[in-house]
Amino acid sequence: MNAVLAAIALLVLGSAAAALALRNLIHSALLLILSWLGIALFFLWADAEFAAFAQVLVYVGAVSMVVLFAVLLTRQSRADLSVTAQSRGRAAAGVGAALAVAAVLAFAVLRTPLPVPSGLRSAVTVRQLGGELMGPHAGALLLVGVLLTVTLLGAVTIAGAGRLPPDGKDQP
Amino acid sequence: MSALQGCLLFSSALFAIGLAGALTRGNAILVLLGIELMLNAANVNFIAFWHYRPTPAPALGVVFVLFAIAIGAAEAAVGLALIIALYRGQKSIRLETATRLKG
Repeated sequence: MNAVLAAIALLVLGSAAAALALRNLIHSALLLILSWLGIALFFLWADAEFAAFAQVLVYVGAVSMVVLFAVLLTRQSRADLSVTAQSRGRAAAGVGAALAVAAVLAFAVLRTPLPVPSGLRSAVTVRQLGGELMGPHAGALLLVGVLLTVTLLGAVTIAGAGRLPPDGKDQP
Repeated sequence: MSALQGCLLFSSALFAIGLAGALTRGNAILVLLGIELMLNAANVNFIAFWHYRPTPAPALGVVFVLFAIAIGAAEAAVGLALIIALYRGQKSIRLETATRLKG
């Protein structure tokens, strides 16, 4: 069981680190899709099938497409990707800060006495989940629907703003 | 080290990788993807604590993750729309040169 977890963690962390270290944006996006797929595998491992399917549908299916379209729509020249001394210093500072955060988190996790459950766990069924969503969490579900509608309208407005200016000087 | 601590260390490492990406990269798309990775690390935490819950509690952890995934998708859509607006204004998505969002 723990070997499976270690394999999933290795897949996710390896592909995520490679994605954020690579120079090529398309390679980064594809590796991040692999990382999100690994997280869905983790959800499957932890008996949360519905969350795994939601992760595959939303991240692997939809967000990855939006990211790839954004990469293609904002394609830039090779010279834009060069590394300067200033960005090298910033990279060292950023990695140092991330390592410090990771050290603090690992210290807290390893020092906290977490209770280990003894009873046997039953996986949640989709029927149970639907009852939860439609019963106690119906208000939150409605709010998420409103949020997604507003987001859709806002994204279209922001990305489409200035598409047809009166003088046409912003036309690509 | 228990399995729950293994899951938490995994999510901590994922969070740190996302943080490093968001802090070091100058490309706006990669910064947004680093933030998405941090959000996914939080989801991993939710599911890990739900999986190792002491009592056979209802599906609260999965419900939480579903809402978090919906909000993450909304964030990605708005963020990428902002990046496209930025690119239209300045013909570049380098964050060092991004000084204004007005088109």
